Amino acid sequence: MVCKVAGSAAMYPMMSTLGFASPSSYKGAAQLQGAPSNTNILILGAGIAGLVAAYELRKAGYKVKVLEYNHRAGGRAWTIRGGDEYVELGGAKQRCEFDKGQYFNPGPWRIPYDHHGILDYAKRFNVPLEPFIQINYNAYLHSRNAYGGKPQRYRHVHADYHGYTAEMLSKAVNKHQLDQPLTADDQEKLLDSLRKWGALDKQSNYQASALTSDRRGYEVSAGGGLMPLAVPSTPLKLQELLQSGLSKYLSIGDEQEFHSTIFQPVGGMDQIAQAIYREVADLVQFNAKVTKIEQDEHGVTVTYTNAQGTTATHQAKADWCLCTIPLSILSQIEMNVGSDMQNAIQAVPYESAFKIGLQFKRRFWEQDDHIYGGITYTDLPINRISYPAHGYGQPGKGVLLGAYIFGDLNAYEFTAMSPKERLQAALEQGASIHPQYQKEFETGISVGWHRVPFSNGCSGIWTEETRQQHYKNLCQIDGRIALAGEHASYLPAWQEGAVLSSLDAIQRMHALIKSKA
Amino acid sequence: MDRLNIANRSVICLLQNMILVGISLFSLPALSAELPHFSSGKTFIYKDGESLYKATCQGCHMSKGEGASTGAGMYPALANNPKLAGAAYPIYIILHGRNGMPSFAKSMNDDQIAAVVGYIRTHMGNHYPDQVKPEDVKNSR
Repeated sequence: MVCKVAGSAAMYPMMSTLGFASPSSYKGAAQLQGAPSNTNILILGAGIAGLVAAYELRKAGYKVKVLEYNHRAGGRAWTIRGGDEYVELGGAKQRCEFDKGQYFNPGPWRIPYDHHGILDYAKRFNVPLEPFIQINYNAYLHSRNAYGGKPQRYRHVHADYHGYTAEMLSKAVNKHQLDQPLTADDQEKLLDSLRKWGALDKQSNYQASALTSDRRGYEVSAGGGLMPLAVPSTPLKLQELLQSGLSKYLSIGDEQEFHSTIFQPVGGMDQIAQAIYREVADLVQFNAKVTKIEQDEHGVTVTYTNAQGTTATHQAKADWCLCTIPLSILSQIEMNVGSDMQNAIQAVPYESAFKIGLQFKRRFWEQDDHIYGGITYTDLPINRISYPAHGYGQPGKGVLLGAYIFGDLNAYEFTAMSPKERLQAALEQGASIHPQYQKEFETGISVGWHRVPFSNGCSGIWTEETRQQHYKNLCQIDGRIALAGEHASYLPAWQEGAVLSSLDAIQRMHALIKSKA
Repeated sequence: MDRLNIANRSVICLLQNMILVGISLFSLPALSAELPHFSSGKTFIYKDGESLYKATCQGCHMSKGEGASTGAGMYPALANNPKLAGAAYPIYIILHGRNGMPSFAKSMNDDQIAAVVGYIRTHMGNHYPDQVKPEDVKNSR
């Protein structure tokens, strides 16, 4: 036991290095005092990092301009609604046919409670938040090779896995197999806690009873009046449960970033970015495709074209430049920075990810399956189905997240398909968990992130080695140019990474500007 | 909608003929346990170069190897590409990635990389028929 605790403590710094653990080091609103007058800063990109920088730098007294490739702000903080059109690389065009009020977040979709930076921007600009449901005990865990492909309720797998584990550990104690590490008193305390943890009876057995049914649910639920009496449910068989592999999903919610309470903005993930954008809208120029970034001792000149097609080039000049363009794109843009930064820009590949939003005629997951928000996990290529954490109980239509695969072979395979093929595959697979798909499906829209025209991928992939070799070089200011975005953070793919990276970069740039003034 | 019809897989071609949005005609075939057009595990399931190309490379380099040039950045075309004259270059890029392109060293074995390199060097307007051997891949890892 002691070894295990020490082991996990030792794991933590390593996981932080890789960017899996994600405590935020947000220290409150940016403090940028004493900006020299008439100093221009050009920001490239109006995603979270660029918008935060634009807001804070103008507030500090700088003259700010933002160039954005898309015809909207937010970048990957993006929500698709009915009437939106999306043309991916390769030319496939999808029109979202969702009803009013329905939406789908192809990028970020949840905000951990300890992502203090992005949450503070939501608070400062009055963006209402609501709980995102990460764990739903009544959602399903599913494997195509277990229980004849029949999905199992999370509460069954959860209660039974813990119950059997507690029972077996209790038996080991009673057979004196833990005499070595534990005193007699420790063993007594352990047995007592295992009975509570696993819902074991007095003899430390896990079996069908009111005790275990209070955890996993009853076969016949309690009623009123002369209704039938409650009937306890029968636990899954131990060996079948172990062989199913379903218990691997139980630890997902134990990751700190998924601990309750976790949030989503009301109405779609783009709402925070849009709220910051409203503060700086007069600074942002859309449809600007950056083709060259050039600096000398006097300033920075950025060449751009109209992203909608004309070939005429334009130039924007400034004293300093904050570039938030994803490295997958920036690595293709001519820019005269030193070899350290250039090598860092070229060292970060971009992750594959795939999502699909599906609109159904009715909220059958609530009406038939009693699942309100949360996530069903499956070993099918769709990986999971997530139920909307808003609009509970409403009559009429609803939109499910019908697949979300991040950094997996199946994400490449879905991306390589046409939108029609993706839809067919996601429906086929999802129907093996929810047969209602067949009758209730209406319309869907998918995003394979390697086909997204403004990012060529989902997020930067770092390894321990590339962090060691390139991370600082990526974040150092090179002459008059600094980089920011999730790629310049230890919280890859999270909006919080973009916020912290941006605040850190502009504070260092501000200090440098003041030192030269 | 014509632009959506870039499917090539035989399984998919059949499925494509189904009308998805016309609800009354919409029906779901039984889900096969194998899901032949998706991989499971750590490496791609396909063995031949064409299948590997269509499941992976096509995501960025597109169905005819034309690449992409309509976004903020680009994906290089593999069609009619003289850089494929030698096998060493594409082998190296697939193994080690380049800029935003991830490495496929772990998700494809030597045989698979040899197969997909063989495919792109003999299709899409490329005519470099000399055989690509798994040993060439192994030596470049």
